[in-house]
Amino acid sequence: MSILSAIAAPFDAFWPTPLGWTVLTVIHVLLISVVLLICIAFILLADRKIWASAQLRKGPNVVGPFGTLQTFADLMKFVFKEIVVPAGADKFVFILAPLISTVLAMGGWAVIPFAPGWVISNINVGILYLFAVSSLGVYGIIMGGWASNSKYPFLGGLRSAAQMVSYEVSIGFVIITVILLSGSMNLATIVEKQAGGFWNWNVFGGGEGGWWHLVATVVMFPMMVVFFISALAETNRPPFDLPEAESELVAGYQVEYSSTPFLLFFLAEYVNIVLMCAMISILFFGGWQAPWPTPYLAHWWPFWVSAHGFVLMAVKILFWFFMFAMVKAIVPRYRYDQLMRLGWKIFLPTSLVAVAAVAAWRVFGPLTGQGA
Amino acid sequence: MDLLALAFYVLSAIAVLSALMVVSARNPVHSVLFLILTFFSSAGLFVLLGAEFLAMLLVVVYVGAVAVLFLFVVMMLDVDFSSLRQGFVRYLPFGAVVALILAIEMGLTAAAVAARGAKPLAAAPAGVSNTEQIGRVLYTDYFYYFQAAGLVLLVAMIGAIVLTLRHKPGVKRQDIAAQTARTEKSGMRVVTPATGQGIVE
Repeated sequence: MSILSAIAAPFDAFWPTPLGWTVLTVIHVLLISVVLLICIAFILLADRKIWASAQLRKGPNVVGPFGTLQTFADLMKFVFKEIVVPAGADKFVFILAPLISTVLAMGGWAVIPFAPGWVISNINVGILYLFAVSSLGVYGIIMGGWASNSKYPFLGGLRSAAQMVSYEVSIGFVIITVILLSGSMNLATIVEKQAGGFWNWNVFGGGEGGWWHLVATVVMFPMMVVFFISALAETNRPPFDLPEAESELVAGYQVEYSSTPFLLFFLAEYVNIVLMCAMISILFFGGWQAPWPTPYLAHWWPFWVSAHGFVLMAVKILFWFFMFAMVKAIVPRYRYDQLMRLGWKIFLPTSLVAVAAVAAWRVFGPLTGQGA
Repeated sequence: MDLLALAFYVLSAIAVLSALMVVSARNPVHSVLFLILTFFSSAGLFVLLGAEFLAMLLVVVYVGAVAVLFLFVVMMLDVDFSSLRQGFVRYLPFGAVVALILAIEMGLTAAAVAARGAKPLAAAPAGVSNTEQIGRVLYTDYFYYFQAAGLVLLVAMIGAIVLTLRHKPGVKRQDIAAQTARTEKSGMRVVTPATGQGIVE
């Protein structure tokens, strides 16, 4: 440690300056982007493998040992193909759409706390920022669908817009229940309040109010389910992949896309899915908190405490990704009117009642007088 | 010039320019996209003011929901671009009057603030974020106004539903409760047709 600090000493004065801060943030951003993209490559493979095993197939198994390098081969394939812009397309918007999708999907990770202190930007309204970024994701799809100047992409774009706007509403209300429970919009604070064991996680009513908090499970567990299903709809995953329903719309909004622009749409979709997995882990399953009490961490070095949290966070994200993959493998596609019915007539009233119930619980329940 | 001022000028320049493009773009879809850019840079200005909650609300409500519906409508409508251009001279005097009134109002406000001086906001108590501050003001001092605003929105919502809801006769609707309540007895009929005769309805 002393050697390390001796090397770092000349920079101590540099980091707090505006230039140093900029350099440091750029390093953080690059680190997270690169690690995230490499993880996505293997998560994509895992998705295909899980899907294959559910259907008793082998899945990709040719490129590299057990097909591990399949995603990189796909990447090369996409990058070296020609970009075809349809003749009647709005060229600028056509190219802009996949870029917007990818930038927004990656931008969400700026506020995700991976471990104690491991976050690029620990802003007070982190949860609202995440909600805003995920609600903007629709623009990439609707712009791509419109700019292609073709029937199927256009219909896919419209479907996607209607679907994402509908499910955003219930996601918003579910997020409000979590905010009410933890009394903060800061993601790090939300995670910190769930410390001390899995029974303190928000899905079991949050960590405040002694054992009484378990009563809130009645509301929070269904809210977790609503959030998960809405996240499926928000990311256009099966059973809600109507925007790209191949039996009706060929490939929906991405019909006219080829090469790198298609790759960007594809990447954005998976980055968004993993972002949703991270959100559900943070909001309901304690983020970096261990499912057991962790008094032993008090004697650890801060770095190892963070690493401990990071591993737990990664395990939770991967678990939720596994759930996403299994849903894709075993659930048949919804019909569009059923999708709208589920969003507006079931999830919206349920989450609205839940917001009222959690608010009443905070005001009149055993938590009265604590925190917010 | 410090970074804050630089960020302010860049953001406001983008906001003003894209607002100009909203009215001058030839394609209505491009207009809506520029409108979104305007909202976005205004949200950036809110962040510079330290009002991050308002900034996020602007993005969530206007960019994430309202502008999507705008885009939806503009894309669905088959807009004839040349007919949109025709009325420009006819509407010009009316638009000029509205713009003039707006400009005068803004000038009056600016003059009043310049004469009296801007009233500084009460400093936030330590440890209270501006989200919490807005909540406290909204749900205590202005509680009745807040509720009244909610009521107005509710009435508008019900009005919109009443205006657009119509039940066409003859449209088949799915009754999920009836579907799931079907039993073997009510949903199925077992027949034993005689050979060579089939079923006669």
